[in-house]
Amino acid sequence: MLELKNISFSYKDKKREYQIIKDLSFKISEGEFVSLIGPSGCGKTTLVNLIAGYLQVKEGEIFFANKKVSLPDKNRVVISQEDDLFYWMTVYENLKLVSNDENKINDLLELTGLSAYKRYYPRQLSGGMKKRLALARALAVESKFIIMDEPFASQDYRIKKKLYQDLLDIASQKNVAILLITHDLDEALGLSDRILVMGGNPANIKGEFIIPFSEIKDLNIEEMDEYIKLKKQLKELGYNV
Amino acid sequence: MLKKIFAISIILALWQSVYIFFPIKGYILPSPVEIGISFSEVLMSKEIFFHIFASLQRVVVGFLMATFAGVGLALLFGHYKVVGEYFRPIVEILRPIPPIAWIPIAILIFGLGNASAYFIVFLGSFFPIFTNTYFGVISLPKIYRNIASSFNLGRFIYFRKILFKFSLPYIFVGLKIGIGMAWICVIAAELIGAQSGLGYFIQLNRLLLQTDKMLVGMILIGTIGYFLNYIISKIEKLTVKWENK
Repeated sequence: MLELKNISFSYKDKKREYQIIKDLSFKISEGEFVSLIGPSGCGKTTLVNLIAGYLQVKEGEIFFANKKVSLPDKNRVVISQEDDLFYWMTVYENLKLVSNDENKINDLLELTGLSAYKRYYPRQLSGGMKKRLALARALAVESKFIIMDEPFASQDYRIKKKLYQDLLDIASQKNVAILLITHDLDEALGLSDRILVMGGNPANIKGEFIIPFSEIKDLNIEEMDEYIKLKKQLKELGYNV
Repeated sequence: MLKKIFAISIILALWQSVYIFFPIKGYILPSPVEIGISFSEVLMSKEIFFHIFASLQRVVVGFLMATFAGVGLALLFGHYKVVGEYFRPIVEILRPIPPIAWIPIAILIFGLGNASAYFIVFLGSFFPIFTNTYFGVISLPKIYRNIASSFNLGRFIYFRKILFKFSLPYIFVGLKIGIGMAWICVIAAELIGAQSGLGYFIQLNRLLLQTDKMLVGMILIGTIGYFLNYIISKIEKLTVKWENK
């Protein structure tokens, strides 16, 4: 579905050129849930912007559904940490902006538990509801690939748990592939089929872990042997967990 | 409302009480009672409504032209940065020139009458509307532009539902300043070059030394200006609904 082939990215200021990403490659298949973890400032958000088409790669290529990525597209929607809902539109209007299919909008409102809030403005919703609306908006355009850039970072633990479950249910129901950018290892281990570790300067993929218990999709996994083993491996890689 | 009436009553009472101790001549500064009598006479004569209508019509035409031009150009200059780089300096050079300074040129070009007044009102309200809208447009967070392009929203929808809607609170700040400026400008234009309107009414009564009627004209200017601002605020409340939630 998504393939990054030896991509590099740098930016220049008046003094010098800064190489952010160099020779980075990975693939994501249809319906797969992949988490990307890495230290702050290593270039994760730059990578998100490259995949979304907001920035252009300097070297290498990004393919989505066998087509080269050059511009943003509704097939690669980003849900970010920031509040990116149009706050001057109601819940319903946010969805109506991207889809004219009334039945689909109503189904998505039902799916995300927002039917009773369709006339509300985003600022009247809780943090968790806002994230569910952002997810509904991505699904309204039938995006088969969603990039989530630390979407749960500002949520409290109770809301996070509920959102994780909602996300897993919706992703499997709609067969959506997800790339989750996160700092939270428990989040990555509990939700993903695979974890990519990003690091270095310039950044690259430093490690890749298939989650052996991914079919369990249980967030209470801290006691499992595989979990402890993975955490140890990540520590050895220098990733601070 | 009661507080406002109370404050005005206190001022009027103090003003009236001055006349008990200092007998000031009516043609220099009439008392509130004299002005009140004059006010009812002016309203009874009905001629004043012709002047009010003339001023309001000039304000509405000039202000609407300024709104369309100001909002339209600000959206254009703010969104297309290259266009803005070329043309904004021109706007910034023209902006500090007081609209009243344009009156002689307006009369030369358009002659005495409505066209000159429209032009002066337009100039007075254009700059606050343009400037506030422009700052609204350029402060649109990049994330909304990215989201709009991700969802393949067309340019028309982007302008109408994203850029314009986001800028609406800024536009209304401009409109409220603009309507005040429009009203100031129309009176200034009528004082110099018109045969009707509240500015002309004040000027005529100045020549006739009817100070009480001059003050009636001034009170009407203040009251109508207040209501124009009130109307814009009401429209804002109905339009910018998300701000009140």
